[in-house]
Amino acid sequence: MSVTQAPAWMGRPSPAVRALKAVALTVVVLLVLFPLWTVLATSLAGPQEVIDNGGWVIWPSDFSFDAYGDILAGGIITRALLVSGAITLIGTALSLTCTIALAYTLSRPKVYGGKPMLLLVLFTFLFPPGMVPLFLVVQSAGLVDNYAALILPFLVNVFNLVVMRGFFQSIPQELIDAARMDGAGELAILRKVVLPLSKAVIAVIGLFYAVSYWNRFFEAIIYLNDQTMWPIGTVLRQYVTGGASISEAGGEAAAASPQSVQMAVVILATLPIVVVYPFLQRYFAKGVLTGALKA
Amino acid sequence: MLLAIAVPGLVYFLVFHYGALFGNVLAFMNYVPFLGIGGSEWVGLAHFERMFADPEFWNAVGNTLFIAVLQLVFFFPAPLALALLLHSIVGDTVRKFVQSVVYLPHFLSWVIVLALFQQMLGGAGVVNGWLSDLGVGGVSIVGNPDAYGPLVVAQLVWKECGWATIIFLAALSQVDEQQYEAAAIDGANWGRRLWHVTLPAIRPVIVLLLVLRLGEFLSIGFEQFFLQRQSVGPEAGEVLETFVYFTAFAGGDFGYAAAVGLFKGVIGIVLIYTANKVAHRLGEQGVYKA
Repeated sequence: MSVTQAPAWMGRPSPAVRALKAVALTVVVLLVLFPLWTVLATSLAGPQEVIDNGGWVIWPSDFSFDAYGDILAGGIITRALLVSGAITLIGTALSLTCTIALAYTLSRPKVYGGKPMLLLVLFTFLFPPGMVPLFLVVQSAGLVDNYAALILPFLVNVFNLVVMRGFFQSIPQELIDAARMDGAGELAILRKVVLPLSKAVIAVIGLFYAVSYWNRFFEAIIYLNDQTMWPIGTVLRQYVTGGASISEAGGEAAAASPQSVQMAVVILATLPIVVVYPFLQRYFAKGVLTGALKA
Repeated sequence: MLLAIAVPGLVYFLVFHYGALFGNVLAFMNYVPFLGIGGSEWVGLAHFERMFADPEFWNAVGNTLFIAVLQLVFFFPAPLALALLLHSIVGDTVRKFVQSVVYLPHFLSWVIVLALFQQMLGGAGVVNGWLSDLGVGGVSIVGNPDAYGPLVVAQLVWKECGWATIIFLAALSQVDEQQYEAAAIDGANWGRRLWHVTLPAIRPVIVLLLVLRLGEFLSIGFEQFFLQRQSVGPEAGEVLETFVYFTAFAGGDFGYAAAVGLFKGVIGIVLIYTANKVAHRLGEQGVYKA
């Protein structure tokens, strides 16, 4: 797969073709990175510079962290970041535990009732819950105005479950039988034999869950009437598409320009994803994902 | 013991999937939250009759179909083109770097993606700044109903094109090297190798993805449209799912909204089922195979 030398039959591409390819790749990379770059640059620029440039900056000459100081000073955005962080940690832990447990049970060949349970789960592929019926369920479960409404309705993702089950099935049965001969119970087998062999797939699925919890914003709008409970995505939405003024968020004395503050919020909402991303990236190469996506 | 640890996950599916399935009875009721399901009045198919006569519903259907067609024509081929470009890079380092960059937007939320588009293409955005520096009048893209279709597809391409290359790249890496060699010896140039070797070899994957995409034809997404519906107004911006949302949560008409949601859900099941039958007939494995 990793051929650094071009195979002989390819011949040597003409300089024109190579230049064209280089241009195409540069354009693609810039299209992705440039918007992120200007958001970062604007968030770091001083207030006068932002005004002089008409609201955005590509290369700040006058660095200032005032925008970050404003929003991390303990206002609504500080709180929203903490809420999102807590939801992400707790949600990911709960989701991983339930997904691993159910996937392991469904991966064992001779579990009583295994086949009907599998059908029950796979059948949900066909009908994602409708928005209104799901709201009714969440409401009658008493979860309105409760942080659990941002976690429980998404506890187990069918796709993640199927990937996890597929991986557990690929673990040789002999290993499990050997552990059982040594007197290990089912839970001990899961903990001491299966889980250590499944670190890569657990890491990937865990990061998938974490990203989805961090990015979730819509549910808070319908389930949490109390706006002070909102996570960062929902708060950010108010400023981006809801037309609310960001200056309310910065506390009383905002030192940075409103544009810088807004862009700083975007950066803070993006940062955890960008930090986690390289770890996720490591597993792309291992084929965990390509294998899973083909399934 | 194994059954015991499976319980939380199973309860989740029973409550939030099968419970929600049961919640569809709302579509046949005049649901009043205060009275609950037990106290609300049954109305039979009245909501569906109203739906078929409702011009706002048909407007949402039209917008959904328009955006679905745009997505099919402009989003579907984009990852294939990008995958061919990525596959043709010989240097490992460069390819891995470009791959890392183009996968990244998949992990950003729609709120952030739209903030970036606003910053770039909005009225006071970077592109309009450049245009006015050049002395050209500004362009109105964000918030312009006429540009809405192309804009939402451009956003989708920016966010998901890179991630969608994964499956094509996996297919491309399976193509038999010897066929390229044979073709090259016979004098086939780059374009002919693409047309006679590469594309036929990955055709099953392309066909399968296309069939599956048609099965999810109406699933154009929700959050992206929910976030932008206000900025262009309902005439251009209302799609089926936003129609359900605003009918239920802004209008308080839960029964009618549930009926529209159920209608879309049933059509979705028929489409997915048909697509899978077609995929199986083509000798491929569909999304579900119990």
